[in-house]
Amino acid sequence: MEELIRDNREKNEFLVHRSVFTDKEMLARERAEIFNKCWLFIGHETEVPEKGDYKRKKVGGRNLLLVHSQDGEIRALYNTCPHRGALVARESEGNSRVFRCFYHAWSFKNDGQLNGMPGKDGFPDDFNCDGEKDMKAVNRLESYRGFIFVNFDDQAISLDDYLGDAKEYIDLAADQSEAGLEVLGGVQEYSVRANWKLLAENSVDLYHGMPTHKTYFDIKQAQDPGLKRVKLEGRGKDLGNGHAVMEYVAPWGRPVAQWTPIWSEDLKQDMERMKEKLVERFGEERADRIANYNRNIIIFPNLVINDIMAITARTFYPSSPGYMEVSGYSLAPVGEDEEHRMARNNNFLEFLGPGGFATPDDNEALELCQEAYNNNEEVQWNDISKGMVRGEENAMATDELQMRSFWRQYKVRIEESMKKEVAQP
Amino acid sequence: MTVVALTRQNVVDFLYKEAKLLDEWKLKEWAALFTDDGTYKVPPIGKPEASPTESLFYVHDNRSRLQERAERLLKKEAHVEYPHSTTLRNYHNILVSGVESDVITVECNFTTHRTKREVLDTFVGKHKYEIVQQNGELAIKSKKVILHLDSLRPHGKISLIL
Repeated sequence: MEELIRDNREKNEFLVHRSVFTDKEMLARERAEIFNKCWLFIGHETEVPEKGDYKRKKVGGRNLLLVHSQDGEIRALYNTCPHRGALVARESEGNSRVFRCFYHAWSFKNDGQLNGMPGKDGFPDDFNCDGEKDMKAVNRLESYRGFIFVNFDDQAISLDDYLGDAKEYIDLAADQSEAGLEVLGGVQEYSVRANWKLLAENSVDLYHGMPTHKTYFDIKQAQDPGLKRVKLEGRGKDLGNGHAVMEYVAPWGRPVAQWTPIWSEDLKQDMERMKEKLVERFGEERADRIANYNRNIIIFPNLVINDIMAITARTFYPSSPGYMEVSGYSLAPVGEDEEHRMARNNNFLEFLGPGGFATPDDNEALELCQEAYNNNEEVQWNDISKGMVRGEENAMATDELQMRSFWRQYKVRIEESMKKEVAQP
Repeated sequence: MTVVALTRQNVVDFLYKEAKLLDEWKLKEWAALFTDDGTYKVPPIGKPEASPTESLFYVHDNRSRLQERAERLLKKEAHVEYPHSTTLRNYHNILVSGVESDVITVECNFTTHRTKREVLDTFVGKHKYEIVQQNGELAIKSKKVILHLDSLRPHGKISLIL
């Protein structure tokens, strides 16, 4: 078997073979062993709050329909007509009791049940008695604290077991609000001309923070004359199953609840009160973590939850080795005060998203990696060793343990695949 | 101060000047076109009237942030635009309303091409402006960019000023 990942703990060296970013065969293996078997984020409960609410979602390469059915259950239907295959729901979101395929006018209740079609006399009386002509739902759909996931493998372990130690960190984000978090409108649908795993790495990489985002920190320093030196310090942690987190302090404001000088004095007082409330609910130590520490979490394989200057969730999927589609969400407390919400959103947009002062530079870094991988024939390995010399239990946030955790899980899953005949590339 | 009687052509020329400044990367001069309370916004795709508290915009700049945006893009460390991309902006179907009122509103279609590293991306949509006279010159009070795209694919970013 060709070696793809060299994890040499004696030499403190961790190498990733660059073919994993460019090889079509690897993408086929990833689809079979990773995207068809792992829990994948589809959306948040607050995107479909009312019965009949639906939203089209692309997950794991499928065209799905996240729908809040009339029976109260949230389902992920495959958005394809059981008759001849056409996409059934064509609007990206809405509210409806019925979905109707325009091709031959078959219609379905919003739980997927076939409701009727023209020319019934041409079909047997017991047509669809086994439900085979209903719109099919993804069998495994589970959620944690409002985050909904699907799994295309019916034998998969539960979401709860899958998330494991990552739940603690999702909790720290969700606990910012007693009323829960909600997704804002306008999910950002963008792309990067780079391999999907580069974004997984980048999202839990604090090492790149200063060199890549210097212009953002220049602006922070100009806004805060008290900020003499940009401090990005904390810990990196392996959360098992390929999940990882970095938890650290940073010089930006946090809407819950770390004030920053560009915000008003009123907000400062509000932040102090919010912090006191958190102390009452959770005690001093946990309140300090919630309010003053930042967390970038990677949930293997393709969900990132960043609880930083705002809360963003992003999920991504490769349509080819060198191109991924990204969906970027913003999450905020339900019922958040207008002024706070505005401060949060401005904080988000200053750094994050396709129009932010930082995310486009990440995009560029990833694309430059991808572009230069055409040297792979002669220059074969990426180095992800930073911090190994300290021992993984002492990893700093600016080390690369978070990425190694991802890659170690990747290695387990892909090695399993390497024993098999290659899936169709 | 004399208020000069404006014609539609003055307003159109002003917009062409804006486009030219952006294409020539004269971004500080671009920022200087805005009033002290000027804003530059890109609302979510498909939701041009979205509320900035309920929805996530792409850009929601007040005057100081649009200044920061312009100055950031001129730095070598604004990696995504270093070396600068080559851009070409076309404004078409320009509709000017209220040329005699205090606030002139303009709506136009735009096509902005950007090329870098031999990849050409095209942004299309509508610009909506509020334009005022200030010290005998025209100035932008607000600029809203309504993208007529399905998503930011394959563009991936709005790193330049639209």
